[in-house]
Amino acid sequence: MSNRTFTVMVFAIAIAIIMASRFIPNEYFFQAAYTVLQFVVLATAWNILGGYTGYVNFGTAAFFAVGAYSTVFLYNAFQAPLVVMILAGTLVAGLLGLGVGYLTLRLRGVYFAIATLALAVVLYTFVINWDYVGGARGAYLLQPREVPFGFARYTHLLYSAMVLMTAAALAVARAIETSTLGRGLAAIRDDELAAESAGVPTLRLKLFSATVSGALMGMAGTTFPYYLSYIEPSSAFSLSYAVNSIAMPLIGGMMSWLGPLIGAILLGSIQQLVQVTVSSAWNLLIVGVMLVLFVTLAPNGIMGWVDAWRKRKDR
Amino acid sequence: MSDLLLEVSGVTKRFGGFTALEDVDLVVRPGERIGLIGPNGSGKSTLVNCICGALHNEAGSIRFMGEDIGRQPTHRRIRLGLARSFQIPKPFASMSVLDNLRVPLLYAARRHEKIAKSQITDEAMHILQQVGLGDKAQAMSRGLTQVDMRKLELARAMAAKPRLLISDEAMAGLSPAEVDDILALLQGLKQQGVAVIMIEHVMRAVMKFSERVAVLVAGRKIAEGDPQAIAGNPDVVKAYLGE
Ligand SMILES: Nc1ncnc2c1ncn2[C@@H]1O[C@H](COP(=O)(O)OP(=O)(O)O)[C@@H](O)[C@H]1O
Ligand SMILES: [Mg+2]
Repeated sequence: MSNRTFTVMVFAIAIAIIMASRFIPNEYFFQAAYTVLQFVVLATAWNILGGYTGYVNFGTAAFFAVGAYSTVFLYNAFQAPLVVMILAGTLVAGLLGLGVGYLTLRLRGVYFAIATLALAVVLYTFVINWDYVGGARGAYLLQPREVPFGFARYTHLLYSAMVLMTAAALAVARAIETSTLGRGLAAIRDDELAAESAGVPTLRLKLFSATVSGALMGMAGTTFPYYLSYIEPSSAFSLSYAVNSIAMPLIGGMMSWLGPLIGAILLGSIQQLVQVTVSSAWNLLIVGVMLVLFVTLAPNGIMGWVDAWRKRKDR
Repeated sequence: MSDLLLEVSGVTKRFGGFTALEDVDLVVRPGERIGLIGPNGSGKSTLVNCICGALHNEAGSIRFMGEDIGRQPTHRRIRLGLARSFQIPKPFASMSVLDNLRVPLLYAARRHEKIAKSQITDEAMHILQQVGLGDKAQAMSRGLTQVDMRKLELARAMAAKPRLLISDEAMAGLSPAEVDDILALLQGLKQQGVAVIMIEHVMRAVMKFSERVAVLVAGRKIAEGDPQAIAGNPDVVKAYLGE
């Protein structure tokens, strides 16, 4: 299937889901679905740099928070329209991604991962001390009274925006994966010197990958302050974003766009379920147990396992 | 002056206090077949790394097709028409053997040859058949034997469609029949005007293949000439062949 067809299809499905969701009376559905989809976007975005290119980013929270706080900034500055907030946050996070891309010049493997973690800590400290966006106290954002497109509630609009962002993230990831660019990124992941020696402009490709990955992570954060109506640094920079956006592609499979999607839906839904039935305190533990299970039993994730099974059946 | 394809002059490379290459000169003309020999640790692979940009030489210059490429990143040099195989194979481990060849075909060969995207698979298959990996095209490259990985190294370098191919010990471990196959393959490149620098310990192969042989010992080029002269050169015999 061509990427254009795929993009058209995935957006058609997204719009169909948005339409169908109007008939869902249960408010809880929108909350849970929003959270799971947010993880789909984060996991898909993480996988572009982590899975396709082989650079493990521990700083997902930094990008997510940059998206979220650019919304807070624009809200305080002039109550910008939601679309503007989404685009601006995506752009700023993309620029941060570009900066992180330059780190790959000198840092690889564990060192790169630690640097991205440090980036999150630095930004966290910065936001805590920045009063204009609420500092350590946090900031309140009133959801606009007027809800466009005839949605019953503003949360439904945010949910719909998240559905579209998910479609966008999946379309971008798949387009990269199946293109010449994706082949180049895979070469970088396997062996950077060999990639250069095959004519791959590794730095340019890594910068691109880090920028797109960061931009999409930031995009996922742009609607978050409105969604909660309140934001504080410790929720925007939560460790769970980093842990989940790594665990989900790992569990689903890192070689294709389907992996993070499956991993995020699976892990995200389980966490939602546990949150209502038991307590959210269990969430990280569950992620940990799932990780250990998959790393030992299906090191290439669910998709890797399915591929292996298919190959065995063909024989 | 532009009758020279590659012009290495006065190249010196140090690792800390250790001088791996000292004032090395080497020229290659279009379509020429050069043998580069020398004992282990004499700096052959280091020279390849300097020519292709994996390492930066402290002194000296490297020109390719008249252009000073000494400060250019590796991928630019490859796109100009250089290609090398690695002595210690570096396959793209997550890819099939065929996909390994797609990378240079997409990123290097298409820069100077008109290859339609639809032809890339055919082109890759053609090269794999030439090196004797045709039946392993769909196999994962990480599962190959060491010998097959060497062949893949050579195939991947050829897939860049270079003007100068540098083969760094691609024949180690190959059977005599396989060595002859690869030799015939590399010799065939001459018709396409492709020059080759062959680094090899299989002396029979080097002497048969090369129009000119250069000898490195401890980072210095101690001799250069046609194969017969080199085989009879007392310095070479003492330093290398007679070790
Ligand atoms: N990256 C490096 N760092 C330090 N020393 C090196 C490095 N690469 C090669 N050397 C040293 O340089 C010398 C030449 O190595 P090499 O070029 O691999 O020799 P050859 O290919 O002729 O066997 C050896 O003594 C080797 O130990
Ligand atoms: Mg060597």
